[in-house]
Amino acid sequence: MLVQGIKSRPVYTGLAIDLQARRHLFALEGEGIEALLDQVKAVGAQFLETSDILCVGKLPDVKAEYMWSAPTIPVLLNRLNVNLINAKMGTRLYLSGTEGFIGQAMKIALDQNIDFNSIRTEHRGSTARRVQCVHCKGITDDVKTSPFTCAHCGLNLLVRDHYSRRLAAFQGVCIDAEQPGTAPAPVVMFP
Amino acid sequence: MNIKFKQETFRGDFTYRNSPENIRRFPFPFHEDKYMYSVNMEPHVPAGPKGFAFESLIDVDEHYISEMHDRALVLKEDPLRCQALPHMMAGQWDVLELIMEQQAAGYPEHFSLTKNGDQWHWINRPMGIDQKFTFGDASTLPYEPMEYITRQAQGDFCIVDQRDNNLWMDAGMVTTQADWSLDFDIGMNFMEWHGPVPLAHQMGVFDRALKFLLNLQQSKPVRRLNWTMTINPRLDTSPENYPKWGPDRMTVTPENIGDKVHLRCELQSLWRLPRSNAILFVIRCYLLKMEELVQVPKWARRFHRVLRDLPPELADYKGLTKFRPMTIDWLSKYDDGAPTSSGIFPE
Repeated sequence: MLVQGIKSRPVYTGLAIDLQARRHLFALEGEGIEALLDQVKAVGAQFLETSDILCVGKLPDVKAEYMWSAPTIPVLLNRLNVNLINAKMGTRLYLSGTEGFIGQAMKIALDQNIDFNSIRTEHRGSTARRVQCVHCKGITDDVKTSPFTCAHCGLNLLVRDHYSRRLAAFQGVCIDAEQPGTAPAPVVMFP
Repeated sequence: MNIKFKQETFRGDFTYRNSPENIRRFPFPFHEDKYMYSVNMEPHVPAGPKGFAFESLIDVDEHYISEMHDRALVLKEDPLRCQALPHMMAGQWDVLELIMEQQAAGYPEHFSLTKNGDQWHWINRPMGIDQKFTFGDASTLPYEPMEYITRQAQGDFCIVDQRDNNLWMDAGMVTTQADWSLDFDIGMNFMEWHGPVPLAHQMGVFDRALKFLLNLQQSKPVRRLNWTMTINPRLDTSPENYPKWGPDRMTVTPENIGDKVHLRCELQSLWRLPRSNAILFVIRCYLLKMEELVQVPKWARRFHRVLRDLPPELADYKGLTKFRPMTIDWLSKYDDGAPTSSGIFPE
């Protein structure tokens, strides 16, 4: 479960298939596949006939009109961007997987001027965070502890409960700036 | 009134000081002997004794030239301190007009603005600027309009867009901030950018403030005062540069408190903009070292009491924990227990 009550973090309310949509575009990562399968159980498989499913890695065991597997997240994001450029009115976007994945895919959608409120999202998988170092601006993926070491500038960063949709990242702030070298040991906070 | 502009620094050797007259115009942020969050907004109209910081609505003081120099240094180092999302151009022109008009009206000996249709002529004498340009045509200025004019105005400036019953931080010039990042917060709504503030959400402060601001009217700006404390007179206490200013907090000793510890006041003013319907949020920072503060006996007594009785969560959020006890102790010498008059102005 993700920690609740962070004002700047999006609320991931679930995929909830929009049966009025003319097309459904899914971008799924890892355990995000399960969120799709749960929707098939809940509302039946008919929506798959008008669905494009983009997945990182293994495809779900369903028959959709179009399914495509990407080897990595960046490859999927490029493809998602192309699909959105070509998308027609009436397309509904669904994102599921880890928070870092949802955030990056949402960023692609925001850049295509899609209102974030219209995107259906469901968090699945690890609670690891994607964090931007506020000092060097480098982003470190898959952060499980606080503090952690910035992968770019090497500072010890506290992970603040403050999230930017535009950057798809939490904020990391140097924890021992006042007395360098006094950072506490990392604690697993986001397994 | 001709202002005598000082040459001073907000980094390195920290030569910033307030003249005796400037101390008495400081917008002291406590109207009573205690402090808690509140939606403490009032009409932004001239108020206080002659020469007080509320006399002109965009205030210019003796630190103007030095503050503009410090801003230029920050921007050179980190251009992301000034950003505007693409849909904010109308708001940028609104802000340029507002600042030019206010500065010219408040300080005609220093600034003048002449308009002939869309052909405008701006003169900023202290900075030696004489600019003719076409209002509405950004190619006739050396920077985009918001950056152009806020390189010539003291304080941080955010242009907040209004839509979906919310306010959105969609543009800003932020180089004198108390530990928040425009680059991180740009594009966020009102609740999101205030996310990290403790206690206030539960108290409903932000709900009430948002409701109030959504109804802000043209020509009726409002203001509030906010505060924190800063070690050394440093304007740029950004999270970006925390590794540079954080160590300062460890340098406070009972001997140097009067010189190093500063009360940092933000005079925040909010203005509805006519073309864009956005809101200009001005966050003007004033710094006063403890030695200067105690020259006004009422402020010395009151600040001692406020700091002593501050809720610990607030002290922690504002980053005061390390030097607060020492500062309370130092200030106690100036508090004889006498009652203080209500309101912020010196007695």
